[in-house]
Amino acid sequence: MDIPYVVQPREDTGLYNAKVGIWLFLASEVMLFGALFSSYILLRVGAPAGYWPRGWLNVPVGTVNTLVLITSSITTVMAWAACKMNQFGRFKIFHACTLLLALTFVSIKSYEYHDKFTHYEIGLKDGRIADGHIVENHPQADHVVIAGRYVQDRRDLYDLEVRKAPHHHEEISIPRAQIESMERYGPWHNTYLAIYFTLTGLHALHVIGGAIVIGFLWGPGSKLWETDPERFTNRIEISGLFWHFVDLVWIFLFPVLYLI
Amino acid sequence: MQAAAPAIPPTGLHEARHEEAGFWSTYVFSTDHKVIGIQYGITALCFLFLGFCLMMLMRWQIAHPGQPVPAFGPLLAAIFGDMAAKGIVSPDLYNSFGAMHGTIMVFLAIVPLAFAAFGNYVVPLQIGAPDMAFPSVNMASYQAYVVGGVIMFFSFFIPGGPAQAGWTSYSPLATSIPTDGQTFWIIGMVFLITSSLLGAVNFIATIIQLRAPGMTWMRLPFFVWAQFVTAFLLLLAFPPLEAAAIMQFMDKVAHTSFFLPTGLAVGGTLAHVSGGGSPLLWQHLFWFLAHPEVYVLILPAMGIVAEIIANNTRKPIWGYKSLVYSVLTLGFFSFIVWAHHMYLTGMGVKIATFFQTTTMIISIPSVIVLTCMFISLWGGSIRFNTPMLFVMAFLPMFGIGGLTGLPLGLSYSDIHLHDTYYVIAHFHYIVAPGTIFALFAGVYYWFPKITGRMMSEFWGRVHFWLSLVFMNLIFQPMFAQGMAGMLRRMADGGANYSQARVEGAVGGLSPGIMNLHTYILWAAVGLALAQIPFMVNLFWSIRHGRPAASDNPWEATTLEWQTPTPPPHGNFASPPVVYRGPYEYSVPGHARDFTPQNEPG
Repeated sequence: MDIPYVVQPREDTGLYNAKVGIWLFLASEVMLFGALFSSYILLRVGAPAGYWPRGWLNVPVGTVNTLVLITSSITTVMAWAACKMNQFGRFKIFHACTLLLALTFVSIKSYEYHDKFTHYEIGLKDGRIADGHIVENHPQADHVVIAGRYVQDRRDLYDLEVRKAPHHHEEISIPRAQIESMERYGPWHNTYLAIYFTLTGLHALHVIGGAIVIGFLWGPGSKLWETDPERFTNRIEISGLFWHFVDLVWIFLFPVLYLI
Repeated sequence: MQAAAPAIPPTGLHEARHEEAGFWSTYVFSTDHKVIGIQYGITALCFLFLGFCLMMLMRWQIAHPGQPVPAFGPLLAAIFGDMAAKGIVSPDLYNSFGAMHGTIMVFLAIVPLAFAAFGNYVVPLQIGAPDMAFPSVNMASYQAYVVGGVIMFFSFFIPGGPAQAGWTSYSPLATSIPTDGQTFWIIGMVFLITSSLLGAVNFIATIIQLRAPGMTWMRLPFFVWAQFVTAFLLLLAFPPLEAAAIMQFMDKVAHTSFFLPTGLAVGGTLAHVSGGGSPLLWQHLFWFLAHPEVYVLILPAMGIVAEIIANNTRKPIWGYKSLVYSVLTLGFFSFIVWAHHMYLTGMGVKIATFFQTTTMIISIPSVIVLTCMFISLWGGSIRFNTPMLFVMAFLPMFGIGGLTGLPLGLSYSDIHLHDTYYVIAHFHYIVAPGTIFALFAGVYYWFPKITGRMMSEFWGRVHFWLSLVFMNLIFQPMFAQGMAGMLRRMADGGANYSQARVEGAVGGLSPGIMNLHTYILWAAVGLALAQIPFMVNLFWSIRHGRPAASDNPWEATTLEWQTPTPPPHGNFASPPVVYRGPYEYSVPGHARDFTPQNEPG
């Protein structure tokens, strides 16, 4: 006896096996990201007044990345539709676009990560705080140079949206002897960055994982088209559903982390 | 005994197709649900044994704090070095054993045994399917489980030893203890969660898609329903723990502060963390998994019990539909009771009221299930074979475990009982003489289908009666200890709070309560000895047991008994068709007192 409904849908459920499987898997993914979003809410609600960062992320860059992912969702559907219409060449083109867009998304995300990892908050012995991107930081040199600004109150660093005045980002040279503490904007810096890196990192892993699957189906996996086109089309549909979900997560992540 | 059911002629199909399969692809990298079920079963039994050994060491330490463990002391000293100097279990090592006993028993022993092993072997057979819907995913699930288990096991041998913060791994305690064991624990858990996710998707898809023609939802054996709901619990409750594990991993490795509050001091000095995190967040995420997990532990056991009761009372299970709706209700409500583990965290009265209410509501379907099982016995001519004996013991044991949970579900009484041995006794009554008894019953019941031989009835009875007596001798005294105020997780078993140490201390633990430790230790030794007949019986009967009289030695109605023994790859020689409900025993007017589901007419 062979396993039934691998390719053809079962009559009473109207689904083939893998489609049931992927929807169940996505349900568990909803719970995974749901728990992290809930954690975000709890951490934000629990933060002392004035200490939840706003405007720390670059909205135009995030918007571009959102558009990149949405476009990749469209090309995914087009690739699946091409399979359904028996146009294998079109499928190849559309899914090549999906892969390029996935790569673009990850590159832009890496740029944003890099931006945070070169951003330092430097506590000085006179109580002031210097904050900005590192320009020069040789361990031997007795000065650290950043492009940034001084603040008196740490809270001034947190809400960048109410400060309507443009940022004064000038090069500041700080004698090393004056520095009391120096910390980059990594996940350890505060709970906002912790949840930012965790959520976007987990999401990026999903993008990379999805891209690997789509890449496989685009490359070596596409041989299945010659022997069992229907099953291959099903695989494109399944991986596409996952890709839409990854896209959907970002649609939630973007406003939550960048806008509000 | 006449041949059971429409005789299925032996077929050369199986041999013809799988001739060239070698040892590795047949037994190690198999995609056959039955082999995977057996793999899960054997691995889980090994972990059950390991968890049991940890418990024995802890019971020794509790009864005789600071004294070297007899016989095994030098071995402990060799493995753990300073943590077990001279063979004495140090408090740190005790904490490790406690944490790992819980983790191993829940995530590596009982759930894999109840859900993955029995589910894998029995569910596709019972619904008339040739295999699981995704055989390769099934294999991957087992492999992820093995990797998780190996990581957990390996953590015993790293410097500092395994995780020490209890199976609940509360932050900030879990991340503050200077051992990498917690990191191993987290990574191991991620693999185990992945394993159960793959398993759960597979089970649900299989039950939805691969039911044989005629196997409608209300003709499913109750065991399948129980596994179906269990799979949903695993599917939806585990991911939040995975999220929590990821965050705790970040706390441990990337020094974030998800669960670390502002001003956290460790060992008297201010911890070098940003703070701003919430320790309560961990508890919420953990219990959001861990309460449904309780039902993951018990639902498959209820399923096994229903099968065996119907089979051995020779009449339909009473209230099949009530059972199905109860188990669905249990599944749903198990998601909204988690905070009853957290009454002492200072939650508001209104929230406590909500969770008390849902907790009382969830006891209703549990009672319905138990009541249906009891009524099923009424008027039956009961066959008291070994599986049935274990099932008969399951009913009152689960009853005790369940009813003693009610005072814990009410915040007022929970304040007194929280974190005491009363809690230990309560949930062990559910899991040990409850679930594990049902699992034993399942082993004795399905053994002839797996091997074609029966396990010894006599040694089965010896195993049963001794286990029943010793289980109760172990856990019954703990209720008394807990109500007297003995806290759990104390490496000295409460000696520090005994009246012997501080004479006349108010609330000090009396000598009578303290002495119970010794009785419990010896009862645990007795329980260990009582398992020897089982282990010998299990392995001896594989080759030397009495051959089963037919493919259906218990004269059962469900489909797994209507296959060749053992079922070949692909299970059924010809696709089965289902004509009737799962428990048509003693139907008036029929020649035999059982009518298999695939018998036409």
